[in-house]
Amino acid sequence: MEEVPHDCPGVGSAQAGRGASCQGCPNQGLCASGAGAAPDPAIEEIKEKMKTVKHKILVLSGKGGVGKSTFSAHLAHGLAEDENTQVALLDIDICGPSIPKIMGLEGEQVHQSGSGWSPVFLEDNLGVMSVGFLLSSPDDAVIWRGPKKNGMIKQFLRDVDWGEVDYLIVDTPPGTSDEHLSAVQYLAAAHIDGAVIITTPQEVSLQDVRKEINFCHKVKLPIIGVVENMSGFICPKCQKESQIFPPTTGGAEVMCQGLKVPLLGKVPLDPRIGKSCDKGQSFLVEAPDSPATLAYRSIIQRIQEFCSLRQPKGENLVGS
Amino acid sequence: MKRSQGEGSHCPLVRRHFTQAGRRTVRGGSGWKSCGHPGGMEAAAEPGNLAGVRHIILVLSGKGGVGKSTISTELALALRHAGKKVGILDVDLCGPSIPRMLRVQGKAVHQCDSGWVPVFVDQEQSISLMSVGFLLEKPDEAVVWRGPKKNALIKQFVSDVAWGQLDYLVVDTPPGTSDEHMAVVDAMRPYSPLGALVVTTPQAVSVGDVRRELTFCKKVGLRVIGVVENMSGFVCPHCAECTNVFSRGGGEELARHAGVPFLGSVPLDPTLTRSLEEGRDFIRGFPKSPAFPALSCIAQKILNEAPVGLS
Repeated sequence: MEEVPHDCPGVGSAQAGRGASCQGCPNQGLCASGAGAAPDPAIEEIKEKMKTVKHKILVLSGKGGVGKSTFSAHLAHGLAEDENTQVALLDIDICGPSIPKIMGLEGEQVHQSGSGWSPVFLEDNLGVMSVGFLLSSPDDAVIWRGPKKNGMIKQFLRDVDWGEVDYLIVDTPPGTSDEHLSAVQYLAAAHIDGAVIITTPQEVSLQDVRKEINFCHKVKLPIIGVVENMSGFICPKCQKESQIFPPTTGGAEVMCQGLKVPLLGKVPLDPRIGKSCDKGQSFLVEAPDSPATLAYRSIIQRIQEFCSLRQPKGENLVGS
Repeated sequence: MKRSQGEGSHCPLVRRHFTQAGRRTVRGGSGWKSCGHPGGMEAAAEPGNLAGVRHIILVLSGKGGVGKSTISTELALALRHAGKKVGILDVDLCGPSIPRMLRVQGKAVHQCDSGWVPVFVDQEQSISLMSVGFLLEKPDEAVVWRGPKKNALIKQFVSDVAWGQLDYLVVDTPPGTSDEHMAVVDAMRPYSPLGALVVTTPQAVSVGDVRRELTFCKKVGLRVIGVVENMSGFVCPHCAECTNVFSRGGGEELARHAGVPFLGSVPLDPTLTRSLEEGRDFIRGFPKSPAFPALSCIAQKILNEAPVGLS
């Protein structure tokens, strides 16, 4: 088990492996030899691979169950409605891969070719990759520790043949741990446009989302903005609005003002969203008049505007 | 061990906690320096801190946001109302929700001879709680740790918290089937946990993840006490129409498919949500809530299954 003494001088420092507190650390030999300071070669390989990807967006939340996968899927659907936009959706939630189900791709298989793994294509311009496609049964559990999960994420980023892509959307699990660190680390050289952070209105979500925003600042990941999901419920019978998840501390709006982060929009809770996800259909198509659809579309547009202001620097521009 | 950007050498909790209290080793033996003062404690963790706990219940879900922490808290309150002494161990290191639910966020954790003293949430000291939330310097600071470091803290939580005599210990977990879950199952194994309560919401996307959690339980030899379906329907406060906001039927179907008991459905109740956000004692305050009968029923099933008689 890897543990780090709390006075660890840091793996990159001159004292690495030589300090008094290094005694007994399992990595002492590695640090002392200087080998620990070498960067992972995969980072360069991924940078090369990502040259054909124009924009990269991470969808994050500190909190589980706020609608990250639902949002990621519908962001992909929305962007891919334009046939000329190539969209890729990567699901790095290794333990709970929901994307295959939400996209209606359960049971699909991934193929390997000379140029790497082929993503599963929902449409000609919408490709999807998830660990879900690598499992043989819906009951299979992926019981992996951090290092193995990291290895999978590295493979997803390095070995999947995405082709030329305008938007790569990365759906993440809840938390601020291995998967998030790995995604940021491996994509560091490839320039991530930014993160979209999902929350629900109540404080128990915001509490975790503030940590996530904090994480983004720590790893210097730009924040495109926050989306408040499940924001109000319209009763289908009487059409009156209720707050199922009351914003006891002012909801995302107050949090965003305080932390000076843009609020991209609020999406109300429409029971048809859950049903669409369960069926693997795009809610934007199933319920085009829903206030939730209008909210999604507006948010997607704002994300596109953000990305268009951040053109890749120096790399070959796709299609130009 | 490679440290990536973000994990860094600044730890949001270890430094403050161990230099301030500073009296226990991070890990016993193996040549690691004790951070205790001369003549202070250098021994490894007390072997018997869980010996006084009668029954251990793990609350799991493959899926995030289904209400594990809410159900853990409500179950603890329900057991306490039945006159039991209950402890709650919150091993969600990235998203520790329970201190706020019980209105004890910001409390300090003290040390005693046997280890860390859990925080009591009520005057009668019938509910105690340990969470990484208490050890954070700043509540908004993220705990950005990789697996091995999380494992180490969880092992400490299991062995170093001086629970004393408890009827039930409810262990709240983060979503998934990874480091934290393996660490807590391994650490609890010698104490023969009663089993796992597995929480889902009705919709297929949840059930899809939770069935993997049931596989996890089977693989690690953890008995499933039953499945709880949360957020099962919303009753409109204006017209009393019940809408299945997150679909319906998934929990019961899942239990049937996996051959485990179905313990009940808990409906959505914004009053419950509001009350937990504001840290009130829900069971005492809102007996008319639609969620109350469901929660009491679940608690009663546990009491029947694992009774704690008068000692």
